Amino acid sequence: MKAADFISFLLRRGVQALVVMFVISLIGFSIQGNLGDPLRELVGQSVSEAERNALRDRMGLNDPFFVQYSRFLGNAVQGDLGNSYFFKRPALDVILDKFPATFELVLAATLIIIGLSVPLGIYTAINPHSWITSIVMAVSIVGISIPVFLTAIFAIYIFSVQLGWMPSFGRGDTVELPWGWDSGFLTLDGLHHLILPSIALSSIMLPLFIRLIRGEMMEVLQSEYVRFAWAKGLSKRRIWYVHALKNTLIPVISLGGVKIGTLIAYTILTETVFQWPGMGFLFLEAVNRVDTPLIIAYIIVVGLIFVVTNTLVDLIYTLVNPTVKMVGSGS
Amino acid sequence: MSDTTQSAPGPLSRLLASDIFYRFRRDPVAIVSATIVLLFVLAAALAPLIAPQNPYDLTQLDIMDSEVPPFWQEQGDPRFLLGSDHQGRDMLSTILYGTGLSLIIGVFAVLLQAFLGVSIGLIAGYNGGRIDAFFMRLADIQLSLSTLMIAIIALAVFQAAFGSELYQDLAIIMLILVIGIAEWPQYARTVRASVLAERSKEYVDAARVIGLPRSRIMIRHILPNTLSPVLVISTVQVAEAIIAEASLSFLGLGMPVTQPSLGSLIRSGFEYIFSGSWWITIIPSIVLVVLILALNLLGDWLRDALNPRLYSRR
Repeated sequence: MKAADFISFLLRRGVQALVVMFVISLIGFSIQGNLGDPLRELVGQSVSEAERNALRDRMGLNDPFFVQYSRFLGNAVQGDLGNSYFFKRPALDVILDKFPATFELVLAATLIIIGLSVPLGIYTAINPHSWITSIVMAVSIVGISIPVFLTAIFAIYIFSVQLGWMPSFGRGDTVELPWGWDSGFLTLDGLHHLILPSIALSSIMLPLFIRLIRGEMMEVLQSEYVRFAWAKGLSKRRIWYVHALKNTLIPVISLGGVKIGTLIAYTILTETVFQWPGMGFLFLEAVNRVDTPLIIAYIIVVGLIFVVTNTLVDLIYTLVNPTVKMVGSGS
Repeated sequence: MSDTTQSAPGPLSRLLASDIFYRFRRDPVAIVSATIVLLFVLAAALAPLIAPQNPYDLTQLDIMDSEVPPFWQEQGDPRFLLGSDHQGRDMLSTILYGTGLSLIIGVFAVLLQAFLGVSIGLIAGYNGGRIDAFFMRLADIQLSLSTLMIAIIALAVFQAAFGSELYQDLAIIMLILVIGIAEWPQYARTVRASVLAERSKEYVDAARVIGLPRSRIMIRHILPNTLSPVLVISTVQVAEAIIAEASLSFLGLGMPVTQPSLGSLIRSGFEYIFSGSWWITIIPSIVLVVLILALNLLGDWLRDALNPRLYSRR
């Protein structure tokens, strides 16, 4: 890969990321203008109409659209998204305080998904007639059919209410790391609280990835170059785990990129059921309280996370897949 | 060739003699799941006739009947076969009505998806060029943002803007619109892929040569040949739409508790799971899972049976 290609790829992706962020900021801004009345949140009902108008002028609420939008954008770029009505603190700070909880939940679920889907996908592809394969495939179609919040509810009912083995809500004990990050990974109680939510969060993605890896692997095993490898007398292990697996993982990476948005949506569901003190739970509370700055802050933070991870996944995809041309690939 | 000269058989006998029906009869999983789906549809359609109680009619409710367990438990009451919820509503009746709502929202959302997606896919695929590039790029971005995320944000904003009172009246329409609009790329991609394959075939060239207008070629000639993959993804799409509706209602962004779909029924029962009234949540949950599972199995079978070119593997 040439350096020039690489730079032009980064530029293209950079422009696309900017476009997405621009749309998200427009959405955020239009919500700010139309949801609730910022004046009433500030001064209450007991102010005369003239005073209100004077205040509106002073706050710039009567300025033209473009002026208001560029002010919003200017503030947003500096990390100022307004104060949360409920918490009386900068909305961005409130959101970022909850980031570690959501991040650790997603990390645990991702580890479960990768750790189980790759071996199970490979096993079911190379042993299509084994009874384990039948069980895995049957369980995975059931898994796909259970919405995330129901897996969470069933898990709570069985393991918390009936058996009493697992805690049903919250994060448990956390340890504050030096850079202000509350981690639940380092205490037994924190890990104990993490088990059910992370299983629930991975419950739809896992069967999806098993099915994809199995399908790709079976297709690759039929291909010319694998048959040639057999003819050459290479060992089973080398063909399966080196030659076939490499090409199987390429589509898996691209599905991973497509599913990031879905995973973020699932965190809202999982966090709601388990009252997990993360960003998604906070967002729903903000919606119920019509806490506009917090809603906007959530949308922008999630949009940023989405754009960054998606660009990273695309970059990895391009680096590992030799058939992708980085420049001028119009679809 | 000789088939076409015989007198045309009716649509029913053609279906019964078809390859697909033969395969259907031989596959127990397909028969069972089709029967389950059919039963659900029938039960929901006949809900006003067969439900023991009208859950929307507050005068029929008695708070003394609240949280009665299902009949097989000790304090069960034969009037409430599947128990009752915290307002004294009969679970069986609310589930029958709720299934109807879930099915209606799922089916109409999918009809909207199919209409948007098929139109866009047809236009993008047939015309190619910039229109095609634009719509496919948009589809990529929208798919990666994910239906559920778009729906959650859109409905959250609507709810905050309208206030929850007005929102409750509009909930059905909003859910259909949001789920319908958010999922068009699935259909657009599928249809576009088949249009690209059909576009260069001889019959299309022939139609073009005799001077038929574009719209007629697209709708009358190409469209019918792209419909079998559309049919295949539709079953799974209905299942996905029902999941989306249930998830949104569970978050409190969908159907209100006064007019519950399966999702809002599960939401309203969830807090009672800790005090022992498990049936308010668990029974509608099981109903929902069985419905989705049956639709997914049917969709899988249909895909294997028709085996069309599908753009994306699930």
